[in-house]
Amino acid sequence: MKKFGLVSSAVLMMAGATAASADEISVVCSAEQDWCDLMVAAFEVENPDTDVLMVRKSTGETLAQIRAEAGNPKIDVWWGGTGDPHLIAAEEGLTQASGVDTSKLLGWAQNMATISEGKAIGIYAGALAMAYNSEILAEKNIAPPACWADLEDPRFAGEIQVANPNSSGTAYTELATFVQLFGEDEAFTKLATIGQNVNSYTKSGSAPSKAAARGETGVSIGFMHDMVKLAAQGFPLVAVAPCEGTGYEVGAVSVIEGARNFEGAKAWVEFALRADIQSRAPETGSFQVPSNSNAEVAPESPDLASIKLIDYDFATYGSSDTRSRLLARWDSDVGDPNPQQ
Amino acid sequence: MKRTVLFWLFIGLVGFAVLPWHMTDAGIFSFEWLTGQESSTGLSLALSGHWWLAPIGLVLIAALAVVFVMKSPVQRAKLTLGLAALGLFLTALQGLIIVRAGPRMFEGLLTGEIITAGQPGMGVGAAVCIAGLLFALTVSMSQTGKGRGDAFVVSIIGLIIALVGVFVFFPVMHILVRAFEVDGGYSLTSFFPRFFNSDIWGLQCLVSNRSCGVAINSVFLATLTGLGTTLLGLSFALIFTRTDFRAKKLLRVLTVIPIITPPFVIGLALILLFGRNGSVTAFAADLFGIEKTRWLYGFWGVYIAQLLSFTPIAFLVLIGVVQGVSPSMEEASQTLDADRWQTFRFVSLPLMRPGLANAFLLGFIESLADFGNPLVLGSGYSVLSTDIFFAIVGSVADPAKAAVLAIALLTLTLTAFLLQRMWLGQKSYATITGKADSGQNASLSPMVKNLCYATALPWAALTAIVYSMIVFGSFVKLWGYDHSFTFDHYVRAFGIDFTTGRLSGVAWDSYFTTLTISSIAAPLTALVGLSTAYLLVRQKFAGKDLFEFSTMLSFAIPGTVIGVSYIMAFNFPPIELTGTGIILIIVFVFRNMPVGVRGGIAAMSQLDKSLDEASITLGANSFTTVRRVILPLMGPAILAALTYSFVRAITSVSAVIFLVSAKHNMATSFIVGRVENGEFGLAIAYSAVLIVTMLAVILLLQLLVGSRRLRRTDRVQTAA
Repeated sequence: MKKFGLVSSAVLMMAGATAASADEISVVCSAEQDWCDLMVAAFEVENPDTDVLMVRKSTGETLAQIRAEAGNPKIDVWWGGTGDPHLIAAEEGLTQASGVDTSKLLGWAQNMATISEGKAIGIYAGALAMAYNSEILAEKNIAPPACWADLEDPRFAGEIQVANPNSSGTAYTELATFVQLFGEDEAFTKLATIGQNVNSYTKSGSAPSKAAARGETGVSIGFMHDMVKLAAQGFPLVAVAPCEGTGYEVGAVSVIEGARNFEGAKAWVEFALRADIQSRAPETGSFQVPSNSNAEVAPESPDLASIKLIDYDFATYGSSDTRSRLLARWDSDVGDPNPQQ
Repeated sequence: MKRTVLFWLFIGLVGFAVLPWHMTDAGIFSFEWLTGQESSTGLSLALSGHWWLAPIGLVLIAALAVVFVMKSPVQRAKLTLGLAALGLFLTALQGLIIVRAGPRMFEGLLTGEIITAGQPGMGVGAAVCIAGLLFALTVSMSQTGKGRGDAFVVSIIGLIIALVGVFVFFPVMHILVRAFEVDGGYSLTSFFPRFFNSDIWGLQCLVSNRSCGVAINSVFLATLTGLGTTLLGLSFALIFTRTDFRAKKLLRVLTVIPIITPPFVIGLALILLFGRNGSVTAFAADLFGIEKTRWLYGFWGVYIAQLLSFTPIAFLVLIGVVQGVSPSMEEASQTLDADRWQTFRFVSLPLMRPGLANAFLLGFIESLADFGNPLVLGSGYSVLSTDIFFAIVGSVADPAKAAVLAIALLTLTLTAFLLQRMWLGQKSYATITGKADSGQNASLSPMVKNLCYATALPWAALTAIVYSMIVFGSFVKLWGYDHSFTFDHYVRAFGIDFTTGRLSGVAWDSYFTTLTISSIAAPLTALVGLSTAYLLVRQKFAGKDLFEFSTMLSFAIPGTVIGVSYIMAFNFPPIELTGTGIILIIVFVFRNMPVGVRGGIAAMSQLDKSLDEASITLGANSFTTVRRVILPLMGPAILAALTYSFVRAITSVSAVIFLVSAKHNMATSFIVGRVENGEFGLAIAYSAVLIVTMLAVILLLQLLVGSRRLRRTDRVQTAA
């Protein structure tokens, strides 16, 4: 009989402390792990009294977690990751304005803060692009694509891979970019034609470029900095900025509503927006374009000035209404939840 | 018995009056409460205005008084039973109503400064108090004659029901009710059109070239995976126990290795071998001029990856069962002039039925809930588990859809479970009896033996190739492209700065957390799982079938759903566990317990009940019988449960992603992050280190648990 007592008390012994004390900030990081580690280390050097508790989770997982934790959050600040989920969190009141000065930031980063009423602030930008595996295309004698329109060509039959916008934010950015570039009807016609060449709509947004890097597909659509990173690792992957122009994502930082350590979270946001800190991202192979106008841009980073960027309308295309309407139309016109085998 | 009730009531009182009732920010290891400055026991709280705690103390005192005063044992038992139940009810009620933000219902009645200030989650005092009340209840219940007056049995039943209720039903309900949610309320009618949707159950693949619904896809895949893994597991088990195959040790390692691998690693290795640009594909293209295709992406890729991943589970369940088949029966069959094939077909195989059925059920459920393989290789072949994941974390979060899909998944599991029960029927499969049993197991007929070799050996070869690829991948710069040798990945992950003695590698933190949490979870899982199995096989009580199914529930629910439901349920008082290590341990124990249960049931149904009866007749109680008779005969099942739960705690991904926190990060979530970044080398090096660690632990466990000796020697007939 004593056995149960022992077991249950052993379980109970594990119940340790939960709450973060004042000199602890709990950070969820949705950028690359190395970049997250660098940020934590740099912050702790400057603030030796503060203990940064950081964990890396993807944006979708983080959003699901802060939704479930709403009312009693365990996270103080959410740094990195594509802007749409940050905007959704702001719209749902899951995050709060930090009141940090954004005047040094580039227009698109300030724009994000304006849309979200200061709840989400832009920290980096990454352009949407296509990439191709040079070995595969050479082997198959396919001329590389230069424009979105090239992807409609039958020469790419079965060679294009792109994510499904229902599950991937990257692919939703692509869908919204097409709509803004070509107008809604034209965009869906184009996407449907490209769809004839698509071999698979993946669930994850970063999967197509990884598949292209390994030669599992010829061409992928995704974010340029991911492609640059894969190429820097040694894969025969070439990133292409489409000639018609392209959309982009803005990575953001948000303070969680009800954060236990609001001052610490605010300090983190100020820290993350500083030019000298943003300039250090390329040390970890992260080639996004920094949001602080004084930050240095790495030579490997896609030069946003040379890429034709559209004036991406985050307010319209980030809203839930537009999103569900476009996705419903995508399901009926382009994609197929039950694809052919 | 009176003393036992007294003991538990006293424990309950200690929990109420001596230990801190609530969870404190400092944690229970700070002993501030002992020095008395911040006294926060249930008693002191009740006296200082937290009046809602007082009834719990009063009930405990009343129950103690009853034990001392009442003379008639049955009446005393009935009264303590009632009082203990009342105490539990009051404890749960106050915890559920008065949360951190004050009372959440009856606000009009519950007013006052202290009550509206709310209370934090329950702490060690509350838990000890609850345990005391629970066991006082079960012991009293056995005294009223329930469970044949066996306090031990009634107590474990009570404990397991309470644990499953709190840690499986309570959280899962949080998410399943979402299936009935409509704008501003709940509706039963809106559920049916959502549930019976052709996207879920459509059969259009039979008549056209379109794909079927996700549930149909899942069932198809799971059935084939269940059959395939059972067949492969049986072949391996037969080779081990019934042949004189030379390289048994090597084969043993190969059968274990796949479960100790994070699933996407297998997927990645398969892509490098059989993908469009894979080495085998390229080789075949050069040799036969076959066009390179993407055949791997879709059903076949997922199927192969699942067979690789789940065959070991079938093997672990079946090896104990195959060993257990009594030689006497086989000898009797041969004496009666049956040949070896007939003996195998009509005697041995039917006796293995519980093992086969349980192995199939596990394979089926594992396949349904598998998330990593379909994610990497599924492509257009949608299954429930990935659809549920993206319904929760996708760009359009739709918890209602996730809940509906989860219910579809549970329906499938329940059906499989019931079918399995029907197939097993009410027959007895006992083959290990107390009687002298010194014969030899029949060797396999040449046909069966060759069939086993033909199934198992190519499979073992494929496993060997896949794992050599993985080891290779961890030592090269860029797996698949730049094959120059390097130690970089290991240095980055597990570097040690020898000048300062600091662990400079990035993986150390999560590595140690993972090992600690898994080693705590594994024995608890085995304990809970095997106790449940013991109850299910050996004891009769009302609602047993429901009880059995409820223990399978947590296994059948995809990890994503479990992860999110655990946050929803355990982020707020009364039980506030998010961000701690304990929530990870609990999720592992209750998610992996079913394997202990299944393996335990399979092994235990072979033990003849006369063994227990003999022990009881000789004056042992049921606790002694379990300890001295049943446990020693359960070696392989214990080993399987320990191994499996340890390994699963290390390799599970989907549930853990939501529950890890900065202080308690797990290896898999670290590895998944690296894979998302395309840092395959580091991820694979880490996986390789984990595989080696787990292999070492498994071997150690095997030494510790030892093998059971069923007969004087486990002989296999050697004559050809």
